[in-house]
Amino acid sequence: MTGNIIHHQPSYLEYQGRYKGLLGWILSTDHKRIALLYLYSQLAFFFAGMIMGVFMRLELIAPGRQIMDPATYNALFTMHGLTMIFLFIIPGLAASFGNFFLPILIGAKDVAFPKLNLFSWYLFVGGALIVLIGMFTGDGPPDTGWTFYAPYSLRTNTNVVVTVFGAFVLGFSSVLTGLNFIVTIHRMRAPGMGFFRMPLFIWAMYGTAWIQLLATPVVGITFIMVIADRLLGIGFFDPAKGGDPILYQHLFWIYSHPAVYIMILPAMGAITEIITTFSNRVVFGYKAIAMSSLAIAFVGYLVWGHHMFTSGMSETARWVFSLLTFLVAIPSAIKVFNWSATLYKGSINLQPPFWWAMAFIFVFMIGGLTGLVLGSVATDVHVHDTMFVVAHFHYIVFGGAGLAFFAALHYWYPKMFGKMYNKRVSNIGLLVVFIGFNTLYFPMFILGIMGMPRRYYDYLPEFTFLNQISTVGSWILVTGMIIVVTNLLRAKKMAPEFIDNPWGGRTLEWKIQSPPPLENFEEIPVIDHGPYDLVKD
Amino acid sequence: MSELKPHISSYGSHLFVLACLITLTGITVAITSVQLGAFNTTAAMMIASTKAAIVLIYFMHLKFDDKIFRFMVTLVLAIYAIVIVITFFDYLYR
Repeated sequence: MTGNIIHHQPSYLEYQGRYKGLLGWILSTDHKRIALLYLYSQLAFFFAGMIMGVFMRLELIAPGRQIMDPATYNALFTMHGLTMIFLFIIPGLAASFGNFFLPILIGAKDVAFPKLNLFSWYLFVGGALIVLIGMFTGDGPPDTGWTFYAPYSLRTNTNVVVTVFGAFVLGFSSVLTGLNFIVTIHRMRAPGMGFFRMPLFIWAMYGTAWIQLLATPVVGITFIMVIADRLLGIGFFDPAKGGDPILYQHLFWIYSHPAVYIMILPAMGAITEIITTFSNRVVFGYKAIAMSSLAIAFVGYLVWGHHMFTSGMSETARWVFSLLTFLVAIPSAIKVFNWSATLYKGSINLQPPFWWAMAFIFVFMIGGLTGLVLGSVATDVHVHDTMFVVAHFHYIVFGGAGLAFFAALHYWYPKMFGKMYNKRVSNIGLLVVFIGFNTLYFPMFILGIMGMPRRYYDYLPEFTFLNQISTVGSWILVTGMIIVVTNLLRAKKMAPEFIDNPWGGRTLEWKIQSPPPLENFEEIPVIDHGPYDLVKD
Repeated sequence: MSELKPHISSYGSHLFVLACLITLTGITVAITSVQLGAFNTTAAMMIASTKAAIVLIYFMHLKFDDKIFRFMVTLVLAIYAIVIVITFFDYLYR
């Protein structure tokens, strides 16, 4: 690759294919345009989920009824969970940044199956529409929680079948994206790019893609079984008919625990890229980080039972799952220690993506350490189904994957759009988000230990003060999010600056023009060194 | 990266595999009339697994393709087996 980037090709944003305007986007098979379709859809769902969350917190500002009745609250926390989990964070970084950067980072012109890639987005939007239809038709949105636990999901009169079918369709989108990425990584790497010359984001995507491919069908079948139980009265999960409701929990979590790694692995991959770039160092422990991605993907399959310690499953299964759960801490810790070692004696460049990455590590560590409380049977039984779990979950999923999503957005934004946002405003936005996030979720740890159950519309008076702090935190967090997103939207309206490599990145995406041309590379690059090696172009 | 090696199976081998699958289907039906107790399910599962293996090996070309694909399929089956074993830590001891 040469160091001189010549802007003589129209970017993927300017390129005019057979179709123009909106059709030029929704019929494009270019991985970058599809990535942006995902990005905009996901952000729209994120804000919808966030508004639902704010209303939930408003209801919980004081004991008793405030702004809604209990049934509405049940529907709201279900839809908040469904929207955030299935429509924002499971597609997460993989669908948006994975689609955009995976081919570029391995020196390819596109993914292996571009049409299948576009079809995956259609399935994603189709599944989302079905979920929305489920909200506004029949007897209203489901009130089961996003987990659709049987036997309640078999008995409630709300619109479970349509919503579950929507989630089933969303699963297909995930499977096809995973399949596409695995084939792309195996078949389309640039000449000279062996597996151990791939950027670590690609390793993370590789582990993620395998989980998407292997775990998602399990939940798909489970959802079909729920539909069959409801429509045909088969009774797979209905104890009244000899079925086993704990089987539902097994099947659900066999997917849904690995799904946490679908969310967090690409996040960890993006954080690795950011820390390496802004430390101006070769990443510490490349192979260890690469292997830890695969180890997390593998061990992640074996720990689902820690969601079920109080379900009534056997004593033996409980200690086996507890033991296996602690094993996940090893590859996760490998990543965090290697990030720290990469920072050590680095020439650290304090730019917004770096601050986002640091915020990620801080809250992710709190989420991880509180996970130990939940991974151990003895302590889990005390806090199971309390607000402690809600706090832990949000520290991992929002504080981990969510903050990493915005870290990646700030890191790759100049590459994706060829424009730079206001860094000062971005830093202020992050600070407000960080304060809001901790004000919102940290009191929930204490509430949980005090004994406040999750998913309850009402609570005892002694929980009022911490709930009020938490609700105020939600207002701060929303303010921060508005600052962050407005800043990015404002930047998008500005004239292009042609900033090809504003951060001094060394991976392939920083060696092409910003925004990238339609097929990324004029000539497929030949790779003769590691992804983070400090070499002169 | 390895190049794809095309392989064209003969009609004879396709027909032989088809005959095996039809025969095994016949055995699946026939075995339901034999009283094996709990082993009826085991027998049905074993026949189904054999059929799936034949499809994977011949129709899906595992036998003729790169070793990496055999490795991938083996790994997937191993994960599946581990998941089943762990699930039975609940069912056997409940």
